Amino acid sequence: MSDTAQQTGLAGASPAKPTRREIYEASVRRRSNRIALFSTLSVIVAIVLLIPLAPGWEAVQRSFFNGRVFAATFPGLAEAFLLNVMIFAWSAPLIALTGLAIALCRDARAPALFPLRMFGVAYTDIFRGLPVVLVIYIVGFGIPGLGLPRPWNSPYIWGTLALVLVYSAYVAEVIRSGIDSIHQSQRSAAASLGLSDGDTMRFVVLPQAIRNVVPANMNLFIALQKDVALLSFIGPVEIFRQAGVYKSLYANFTPYVGAALIFLALTVPATRYADYLMNKQNKQRS
Amino acid sequence: MNAKLSLRGVRKRFGDLEVCKGIDLDVAEGEMVCLIGSSGSGKSTLLRCMNLLEPIDDGEIWLDGVDIAEPGLDPQPIRQRIGIVFQSYNLFPHMSAVENVMLAPRRTKGLSRADLMPRISQLFEKFGLADRMQHFPDQLSGGQQQRVAIIRALAMEPEMMLFDEITSALDPELVGEVLDVLRELRQQGMTMVLATHEMGFARELADKVCFLDAGMILEQAPAEQLFSAPKEERTKAFLARVL
Ligand SMILES: Nc1ncnc2c1ncn2[C@@H]1O[C@H](COP(=O)(O)OP(=O)(O)O)[C@@H](O)[C@H]1O
Ligand SMILES: [Mg+2]
Repeated sequence: MSDTAQQTGLAGASPAKPTRREIYEASVRRRSNRIALFSTLSVIVAIVLLIPLAPGWEAVQRSFFNGRVFAATFPGLAEAFLLNVMIFAWSAPLIALTGLAIALCRDARAPALFPLRMFGVAYTDIFRGLPVVLVIYIVGFGIPGLGLPRPWNSPYIWGTLALVLVYSAYVAEVIRSGIDSIHQSQRSAAASLGLSDGDTMRFVVLPQAIRNVVPANMNLFIALQKDVALLSFIGPVEIFRQAGVYKSLYANFTPYVGAALIFLALTVPATRYADYLMNKQNKQRS
Repeated sequence: MNAKLSLRGVRKRFGDLEVCKGIDLDVAEGEMVCLIGSSGSGKSTLLRCMNLLEPIDDGEIWLDGVDIAEPGLDPQPIRQRIGIVFQSYNLFPHMSAVENVMLAPRRTKGLSRADLMPRISQLFEKFGLADRMQHFPDQLSGGQQQRVAIIRALAMEPEMMLFDEITSALDPELVGEVLDVLRELRQQGMTMVLATHEMGFARELADKVCFLDAGMILEQAPAEQLFSAPKEERTKAFLARVL
């Protein structure tokens, strides 16, 4: 507060002429940039020159990096990816809400709510303890197997439910860690004003807790975006399954590389952004 | 005896550590009582017991003739009647100053922002913060934050106020502005209990000063008397150290 005001005041007053220290730091920075550039270039050159020397390179290039197959299948893959995006788009809000509800169950303190708390504990233990793909199989094949009428036998519904079950358990744990990270003095201050426990949670603790765990939750949602591909095992023709179809059609693996590129185009920027948020928060805290 | 708040034999322990060892204290309507004593003597704990932030283990706390330490009593309405301000401000960092102040009256008294605005902007004005209402805590100096915390407690229109070393975290040049707020409240006749290290301030304004030592009130007397003619050896030693 007063410190930062002073610091910015100093920075504003710094002379236009660089100080001795600034000159020194600039020269160190230039030197490390040169070294980094040189070592990166050497590695790239080594890869580009050395890999094609491997005995199986030509075969690999034909079956994984085939330009003709790539061009023919990429639009179809991109279209199939829209289904991933849609499944993601309707499961993400459900996951956020369920995760929040489970986190609040686990935090319930009143004795009457003890069953809720037990439920919260059991829920997070079970769904964090199972491989996602197993839950997708059990829920995705098991429930429609009850002989439900259309549309209730759709693998979209039950596949999505499986993702919601698993991911909300993780989101609940992240939110709970956020709730735990709010200092006791905040609850004290709210209690001292005569706020109820519920209002204290809703207006004082949760808004801060959720803000603190935005980066961690973003990482979970990035993982979710990838795991949507697992639904292909129970039917929906999303990008991974579409790539499999093309692979059989062209007898070539290039469609998988195309699918990988499409995933990366989305997940890499999202991951960078989550890291950026995380760094920003760490800096604010220290 | 017509006390606003009376403590009788108040005991509080944390595990094996007994922090209040049978405290008796009377605070009359409109009176200002200061608690002094070295760090760890139990001043904060005593204040937190007074508005039921800490449940006491034994003893009675009478507020206007009602024992509020009765086990099983709902503490919420009592806390609304006794405001407390902490050393570390404890503002809600995700809310502007005015939202910090309005939250509790809105939620507990069902008042709308519009209902509250006239009275609350008056409070901000009175304490020199009229132009800071929309600022967030991290945009305010320590002294400003502490004044917002005081306004937040006052907005509940409490019958009495507790202050726990509210100037101890402040830079020396900011202490004065917060003490001025206390002077102002004193003039209005607010009943107050303060834990403080500001001996000059206690001497100037307190009706009564209590010296706490290891969880007991070793000596209590009118301010002038306690500072100029302390009876107990330990009080003398403490005053010699801090004055
Ligand atoms: N929540 C708590 N749990 C355990 N011990 C505590 C707690 N709060 C205070 N204490 C202990 O009680 C004693 C008195 O503390 P405190 O009331 O803060 O004294 P003061 O405000 O006079 O410095 C200290 O020894 C402190 O460590
Ligand atoms: Mg203290």
